[in-house]
Amino acid sequence: MPFLPHTPEDRRSMLAAIGVGNLDDLFASVPAQARLRGAPDLPPGLPEPEVLRELRDLAGRNLPVLDRPCFLGGGMYRHAIPAAVDALQGRLEFVTAYTPYQPEASQGTLQAFFEFQTMIAELTGMEVANASMYDGASAFAEACLMAASVTGRPRVLVSRGVHPHARAALRTATAHAGLEVEELPLAGGRTPLPRTIPADAACLALQSPNFLGAVEEIAPFCDAARGAGALGVVSVNPIALGLLASPGECGADIAVGEGQPLGVPPNYGGPSFGFFAARGEFVRRMPGRIVGETVDRDGKRGTVLTFQTREQHIRREKATSNICTNNALMALRGAIYLAFLGPRGLAEVASACATTAHVASERIFSIPGYAPLLEGPFFHEFAVRCARGADRVRAALAAAGIAGGIPLARFYPEFPDALLFAFTETNTEKEVDLLLGTLRSVR
Amino acid sequence: MNKDLSIFERSRPGRRGYEPPRPPFPARDPASLFPASSLRRTPPALPEVSELDLVRHYVLLSKKNTSIADSFYPLGSCTMKYNPVANEVAAAMPGFAWLHPFQDDAEAQGFLVVLHRLERWLASLTGLPAVTLHPAAGAQGELTALLVARARHEDRGEGKRRTVLIPDSAHGTNPASVAMAGMTPLAVKSGPDGLVDVADLRAKVGAETALLMITNPNTLGLFEERILEIAEVLHRAGAFLYMDGANFNAIVGVTRPGDFGVDLMHMNLHKTMSTPHGGGGPGAGPIAVREEFAPHLPVPRVLEHAGRYSLEWDAPKSIGMLRGFLGNSGVLLRAYAYLRRYGGDGVRSIAEHAVLNANYLRARLRGDWHVPYDRTCMHEFVATNRRIKETGIRTLDVAKRLIDLGHHPPTIYFPLIVPEALMIEPTETESKETLDAFAEDMLRIAREARENPQLLRDAPVTTPVRRLDEVKAVREPRLRHPCPNSAVVSSGLGSAASAGGR
Repeated sequence: MPFLPHTPEDRRSMLAAIGVGNLDDLFASVPAQARLRGAPDLPPGLPEPEVLRELRDLAGRNLPVLDRPCFLGGGMYRHAIPAAVDALQGRLEFVTAYTPYQPEASQGTLQAFFEFQTMIAELTGMEVANASMYDGASAFAEACLMAASVTGRPRVLVSRGVHPHARAALRTATAHAGLEVEELPLAGGRTPLPRTIPADAACLALQSPNFLGAVEEIAPFCDAARGAGALGVVSVNPIALGLLASPGECGADIAVGEGQPLGVPPNYGGPSFGFFAARGEFVRRMPGRIVGETVDRDGKRGTVLTFQTREQHIRREKATSNICTNNALMALRGAIYLAFLGPRGLAEVASACATTAHVASERIFSIPGYAPLLEGPFFHEFAVRCARGADRVRAALAAAGIAGGIPLARFYPEFPDALLFAFTETNTEKEVDLLLGTLRSVR
Repeated sequence: MNKDLSIFERSRPGRRGYEPPRPPFPARDPASLFPASSLRRTPPALPEVSELDLVRHYVLLSKKNTSIADSFYPLGSCTMKYNPVANEVAAAMPGFAWLHPFQDDAEAQGFLVVLHRLERWLASLTGLPAVTLHPAAGAQGELTALLVARARHEDRGEGKRRTVLIPDSAHGTNPASVAMAGMTPLAVKSGPDGLVDVADLRAKVGAETALLMITNPNTLGLFEERILEIAEVLHRAGAFLYMDGANFNAIVGVTRPGDFGVDLMHMNLHKTMSTPHGGGGPGAGPIAVREEFAPHLPVPRVLEHAGRYSLEWDAPKSIGMLRGFLGNSGVLLRAYAYLRRYGGDGVRSIAEHAVLNANYLRARLRGDWHVPYDRTCMHEFVATNRRIKETGIRTLDVAKRLIDLGHHPPTIYFPLIVPEALMIEPTETESKETLDAFAEDMLRIAREARENPQLLRDAPVTTPVRRLDEVKAVREPRLRHPCPNSAVVSSGLGSAASAGGR
């Protein structure tokens, strides 16, 4: 059997040491009538080369976006991933460790998280960050739950521009938590500040750039939230923060986001990671693992999991969240990516994304039959209204081997003819030209 | 060379490593694209390092870790078995890793085949026909199952059932998940045999009971021998039986939870199915349920029709989504590759050898260490410091000494019902020699506790740092590295964390 080191002699001497006759005797406590007779219904086992061959065949039946024109976004983007990210994250000392419960034996993971928290704090402009969440959607839902817990108020006001999956996760998470979710409608693709904020509002939550691509005015929302005794919750794209005002600069109380753009392949939806940052005063209310710096017996600097009394393994039903395993290894990718890019690299990537998207938008909207859905600024993604119908345009793009855009109709029935296109530093002029030519060709 | 620098201390202004692709168009001035209020004022104080700085930093960090790749890691209830390297290769194939979740189903047929087969295989292994791969980890799987169970109760007019019974030996995630599902946990006692006290269960089951969350085998490593009776008690009362599958590794291929009365369960693929733990994730926490719960499972569902695979996003009775996109697909792929290796004819050997190893280690330790529930165990067992208690040596000291002797310690101080617990789960992939070496070191520690206890109190001494001051970490929190050019705007509101620039 694969991965089992036992020789027949090992088995024999081990059974003898235990004092039983055979392996079946070890399962005497399992009721006889519940024991499985025969093998479970799985195909027979295969050696490694055959499994890998089968998987290569299956991978070949997919149409990945790495080496063909790709304008897909909607929360996950094709960015270039430096080779060092794969090589360093792939070290088995990181891959095969567990949650750092024994800090002396886990300083590698702990220090990496401590540095990750610092990078996320810098990126978001917030005082504290945790060591990652599952993904952007669950981080957003947890942020709203935390706002309700901090304020003791039941109403979550959430922009309709927030990622539909994040809003869906929020609805599921709040369904039985005694909270009400109220959606703030969009106008021109962005979220107008509500005229009045109910006195029972826990937070105003929005995303910028939002799902349609629009850059929202975050600061007035955060000001309004504060004025009403609520919290400002902001979901952000981490690459955009190379250019755009950070949630901290805008007065946010909690900043979250999807970490996939930071060195993680799209992985058909996961794993990626979520990031979660907040003002310092809220640290004891945050979900997830938090790493802190301290000293050892000799006064030497080291790192530990801290504020663990927030967590489920100590606080049980009174914990701030049930989260235990998170997406640590993907957050490590994010840390390596950010450390490698540095402030300048991040700004360059953000600038390339924004520039290509703006050049492309001008050229797309000069083609008859394509009109902008958004009014006002966008970063690297925008929705396009297609006079000839979203389906026909999509069919033409697929036929040309182009990945994207995303039909908005599934999430926004009010935009039946709109497609969402994203642009990154990986898009070449040739790819953009092919997109334009294909859009032009649709009759 | 100082090997203990932070990446920020390696940073030098103006140094750089990575160069992004050359932009195809002349850069636009951000001020022409965005209003001034939307532009970043202070750049983030990220590290500025060369590629070699970066490589050296993370290689040095990796060497400060203990991992399965370098050490025995008998962390109870975490199932730290070998993580096959081929599965990492498979997950990195561009045909999988570079598939975007918003691609049409037609462009993802290969991945959908993998996911659909994995669902079927997990159904076969659990005896529960409907499976969702959506949850990101075990705790999210628990929450998913609770919400599904709650939806089912509501659907049949039993929405008043809000109490969830939980044995006192359960993982902390159980009650935490119950709270998130808006339900109320109620503890069920363990009997002197370490198993659920069925009399206490009977006394606590009632018209408000939604379900029992049972971990089987439980956290003491014992199979709940009266599981059929427990299931009957719940079902008679109109409640469900949920199984926390954290310890599924002990019974996979031997018995199916669906065959002993379980209605819903979650599995941790990062435990039983060998996907790596990654320093705390990513995992995957699929749940398997009886058919009557299927309409309530999260979206998307993976469907097959005439050899074509698709994702179904519209299910009127579904509880919805708990996370973005379909699931941790890359983790699910590794689990698929793992099960493909063992096959239906081989999975039973996983459980058999996990249980063999645990019992062998128990047999080796029981003379010198107190094993409070000393009988045939499943995948793990619990020992305590009782026989060396008079030396003043605590379980924590034992754990730290084990580090010096080259082992990752077992889980300590859990389950909560056993004082000073050491919860030991060797897993099936460890050899007899490794178990023998660990057993001999445990015997050595028992001797050292009497002869040279200071050695244990001083441990560890071979690690990059010695015992760390966790109280100071809370009292004087430093949750980030200070950066002189920090972009963090301090709220000035009695911040508990160390803001930048100090």
